[in-house]
Amino acid sequence: MPIALGRSTFAMNRPPSILSSAAVGGKKEGEGPMAQWFDEIQNDTTFGEKTWEKAESRFQQRACELALKKAKMAPEQVKLLLAGDLLNQCISSSYGVKELLIPFFGLYGACSTMTEALALAGLLGDNRVIDPILAVTSSHFCSAERQFRYPLEYGGQRPPTAQWTATASGAALVGKSSKPPYLKAVTIGTIQDLGVHDINNMGAAMAPAAAATLLTFFQDTGTQPHQYDGIFTGDLGQVGTKLFYQLLAQQQVNVTSIHQDCGCLIFDQKTQDVHAGGSGCGCAASMGCGYLMRQLEMGKLHQVLFLATGALMSTVSCQQGCSIPCISHLVYLSTDPAPVFQGG
Amino acid sequence: MKLTPQQYDAMIQKTVPATQSGRTIPAAFLVGGLICMLGQGLTDLYKLFLDQQQASTLASVTLVFLSALTTGLGLYPKLAKFAGAGTLVPITGFSNAVTSPALEFKSEGFVLGLGAKLFTLSGPVIVYGIVTSILYGVLYYFTGLGG
Repeated sequence: MPIALGRSTFAMNRPPSILSSAAVGGKKEGEGPMAQWFDEIQNDTTFGEKTWEKAESRFQQRACELALKKAKMAPEQVKLLLAGDLLNQCISSSYGVKELLIPFFGLYGACSTMTEALALAGLLGDNRVIDPILAVTSSHFCSAERQFRYPLEYGGQRPPTAQWTATASGAALVGKSSKPPYLKAVTIGTIQDLGVHDINNMGAAMAPAAAATLLTFFQDTGTQPHQYDGIFTGDLGQVGTKLFYQLLAQQQVNVTSIHQDCGCLIFDQKTQDVHAGGSGCGCAASMGCGYLMRQLEMGKLHQVLFLATGALMSTVSCQQGCSIPCISHLVYLSTDPAPVFQGG
Repeated sequence: MKLTPQQYDAMIQKTVPATQSGRTIPAAFLVGGLICMLGQGLTDLYKLFLDQQQASTLASVTLVFLSALTTGLGLYPKLAKFAGAGTLVPITGFSNAVTSPALEFKSEGFVLGLGAKLFTLSGPVIVYGIVTSILYGVLYYFTGLGG
């Protein structure tokens, strides 16, 4: 059973490991600075399918297949699949994983879904009954654009604060093992809404959620930023990252030397014309299951906090003038089996 | 975190990068102007064979066609990315707003996709364009300017 540290942080009693992880990216992601950390780049962003939704499903299916292959496991051996995406009713997930025939829970946490899935996998995996668990999420620029914004060929300009939905998927298999990295603790986020209405400024909307969850984790565990060598937020982008630092600074917390944002990592800010950076479930998923996990596996990072952030609005709520509620869930990944804080 | 939405908004305003109006406004002016110049050129050309009214109509039709064609070829959105309002305001922008959903939503079928969503972007322009013209017509009639 996980041990409660405060109201929303739970340390694993028997931390499960990340048995394997895989990231699949599209053409633009393959042209970006993180290309080498993807297990596979699909230059045909349609994946040979007729619709963008089906293409996204294939990305997710492929990420699952690669993660299973790395762990030398068949789908039949997996006890639970936790998956989510941005599309209405999470159809990318349902269609993407249906052929695997793994017991399935669909999740929605917008771009925070990867750490939502990992957090649940950790909490459920601690009991060693549901083991292993596969966590996967995806996003596709073209399917997200048509659902949330405009048709692809519509001639419009994006404001400088807009972010580019990544065409990518990431999958991680969580289960019992003596091999690092271990999933040692999670903090379940609360919804934060500081009244941001601008759908083209998701970074600003999500920054308070990331800051709140991170501060809760530090408070609940009694630890300080310097005890970690990496803090990865999902999809805050350039604008959100700046606001995240300012919000933390108000609480006398400084993470600038160890912090990286998946939205800032995935694309080249200068040459790839993505404005404030990347976004989408696939952004944090592919950076987390690709770049971040490899850093942990290679021993370049040891104590990492990974917190993807999600904007939980819909097209209806936006049109009805509602502000954007946001959330961020945190998972603490470590190469060290020993607890770094009391009770952990 | 004890922060009100107003305080946070002030923080955001200080942080967000401003639109580079020094580049975007001249770009919109230049491209928008060139499209209008093309329209005038076409009208002048057609006037060699047709009367003024027919020539103007045919010039509009040509611009609509060119915009639809370049939208399909993926060129119009690229120009629009540079030009902004310069490609949005002329009749070519309207054509793009009809053609792009047609292309996008055909995956949901010709009836429920293309047919139903063809005017998702241009619908409001048509509705309020007609409403405004009715109001203008009424005003025109009662002020006696209509004779």
